[in-house]
Amino acid sequence: MKINQFFLLLLLLLNIHNAYASSKINIFACEPEWAALSKELGGSLVTTFSATNANQDPHHIQARPGLIAKIRQADLLVCSGSDLEIGWLPVLLRKSGNSKVQPGQKGYFMASKTVKLLDKPTVLDRSMGDIHAAGNPHIQLDPRRIRIVAKKLSQRLQQIDSEHALEYQHKLTSFDARWHKAIKQWQEQTRDIQDKSIVVHHNSWVYLQKWLKLNKVAELEPKPGVPPTSSHLSKLLKQMRQAPADIIIYSTYQDPKAATWLSSKTGITAVALPSTVSDNETLFHWMDRLIQLLKDHIK
Amino acid sequence: MKKTLSILVSASFICASGTAFSDTQIDQLKQELKILKQDYEKRIRALEKGLLTAQQAAKQNKQKLADVQEQAEEAELASDNTQTIAKNAFNPQISMILDGRYASYQNNPDNYQLPGYSLGNEAGLFSDGFSLGESELTLSSNIDQIFYGQITLAFADNNGSTEVGVEEAFAQTSSLFDGLTIKMGRFFSAMGYLNGQHAHAWDFADAPLVYRALFGDQYGGDGLQFSYVAPTDLFVQVGAELFSGSRFPSAGNHSGVGTWTTFAKIGDDFNSENSWQMGLSHWQASKVDKRESNSLNNAGTTLFSGDSKINALDLVYKWTPNSSNKSFKLQFEYFDRDEDGDIAIDDFLSADISTYHGHQKGWYAQGIYQLDKQWRTGLRYDHLSSHASGSNGLVLNNAGLESHGYKPARYSAMLEWLPSEFSRIRLQYNNDQSYKDSDNQLFLQYTFSMGTHGAHSY
Repeated sequence: MKINQFFLLLLLLLNIHNAYASSKINIFACEPEWAALSKELGGSLVTTFSATNANQDPHHIQARPGLIAKIRQADLLVCSGSDLEIGWLPVLLRKSGNSKVQPGQKGYFMASKTVKLLDKPTVLDRSMGDIHAAGNPHIQLDPRRIRIVAKKLSQRLQQIDSEHALEYQHKLTSFDARWHKAIKQWQEQTRDIQDKSIVVHHNSWVYLQKWLKLNKVAELEPKPGVPPTSSHLSKLLKQMRQAPADIIIYSTYQDPKAATWLSSKTGITAVALPSTVSDNETLFHWMDRLIQLLKDHIK
Repeated sequence: MKKTLSILVSASFICASGTAFSDTQIDQLKQELKILKQDYEKRIRALEKGLLTAQQAAKQNKQKLADVQEQAEEAELASDNTQTIAKNAFNPQISMILDGRYASYQNNPDNYQLPGYSLGNEAGLFSDGFSLGESELTLSSNIDQIFYGQITLAFADNNGSTEVGVEEAFAQTSSLFDGLTIKMGRFFSAMGYLNGQHAHAWDFADAPLVYRALFGDQYGGDGLQFSYVAPTDLFVQVGAELFSGSRFPSAGNHSGVGTWTTFAKIGDDFNSENSWQMGLSHWQASKVDKRESNSLNNAGTTLFSGDSKINALDLVYKWTPNSSNKSFKLQFEYFDRDEDGDIAIDDFLSADISTYHGHQKGWYAQGIYQLDKQWRTGLRYDHLSSHASGSNGLVLNNAGLESHGYKPARYSAMLEWLPSEFSRIRLQYNNDQSYKDSDNQLFLQYTFSMGTHGAHSY
């Protein structure tokens, strides 16, 4: 009897909570770029939270209690997917008990499922490093793919919040026009750095590389996810002395040690590029900044 | 020759006849010429117009072509990933843990004891020298839109014969009711911090002394768990568990609930680099029936019947700096057990019986520092104390429950090398003061994980 009363009270409290909860769509983004995109597409109809920032490696995040609390309240989950968040997202989802955002539900949106992925391994073997079975998940570095994700994400928002479908559609049309124009500008701006050769820390730049027609000649990691070793670096040094690359690229969340070492030995500029938006930055500002950094530092 | 002749003839004719044209004829000619001119102008304009439209059409076609190319590119980029769904997507995810170690002791591990505590049969030290740890096989999968299931089988070597045990086998709801999760089957209790984690996820090769003393390393059982996460920015989880109560440190056959627990956890981020969690738990078993444990110097089996209650506090703090692979974890747990009942050696019908009131408490604190992606190191300190009283001091002493004021303690240090997320080599040193004769212990342990990439809880 007592237990029944307790549960009734609990249900009552929950109902009160639901009634007073804001009518805005609560979006939990695993990475800042998806929070920024959600803001563009949802505007004042949504509230967004990003689980990570530009200085955190999205592969390695602690399944913190604070994140469980956030995911518990989410109406929509927007993540890269394709195993990028495999080390922490499944725990958050299971512990939250939030039915709306479980895999297969309307509130579960994986951006990489909407576009074609590169680097799909033909053989799956852990001796090749920490490879992603579905393909390379770092799709945000190709604005053309972001454009596609935007369309799908807007459709999802319209499904979840059908009352405001028209407003989401307007926001998408506006974003798409501006983004399309921006893509053309960026392509124009980077015409003169086409075919430049780059060295990357981790193979997370493949989409940028393909979009801007850059030529990746080496990776600082001997294998994906394995930190640079001295033997691998000395091999790279030899390679760079024979055929120097135009630039060394690493992400703001990565340890700059290996990149700066190779740079100091070869004189090739090493630059930390933002692989995602920083706090309160729009996707446009971020990509402008990224392109500018690349143009400024490439030889 | 002929041609020039005819031109000359016609020219002379024109000249000769020139004067013969009248004004009206000239006007007529002019008129005709004008018409001719207008006609040509019209045609040229028409041609120019045609040319312009042709140019415009060409331009439009070029634009259309560019658009089509862009659309094609987009379609190419957007091509869905249906073909990447692996063939075994419906099969459970499989992961296998391989674990083994080399252990070296200064004292004889068979002489191990914890004064004031009567240890369960499984508790104790690893065997001396090389030994295989528990190899674990875990299968997990979403069962349907509501349930998730997991089973963990443990393969252990026991004096040359292989034993397979069901460590965990449970189903839990993933989307039954917002925030509410129900778990059923056999599982590790959510009480405390370390208890819910599998041994291979621990930061030291052996369990904290208080876990060894109270639970025989870890508490789990067959039953039901309810947990609820509140929809608040502060992480608040409350839960309760009902167990059959046949497993140590409870015992006996209970038709209903033999053991129950309640727990509450709260936690949050100070900021993106600093986070914490605090937990309070209560474990209770009324009517423990003939719980078996080791007696002093293994002179028979200690039996306990009565009530047992445990209260626990756990604290975790983590520092995970940005743009770095470094991290730091500070962890503390405290357990306090009160028991009331009767103690016997081997048999309650014998003369070796006593009433028993025991108060046992213990805690440990540990700090783990990750230097970079491949190296971790850590320190741990364990401390226990206890007080026992009863009608027959000799029986309590023989049961191993009399500490005579001794407070067991242990210092541990470890260093780990992690070639990847899937392998770990660990070196650990203990200065073990579990009993008066302090022991120096050294472990070299490997842990390998195959199969599905596991997710790590906080």
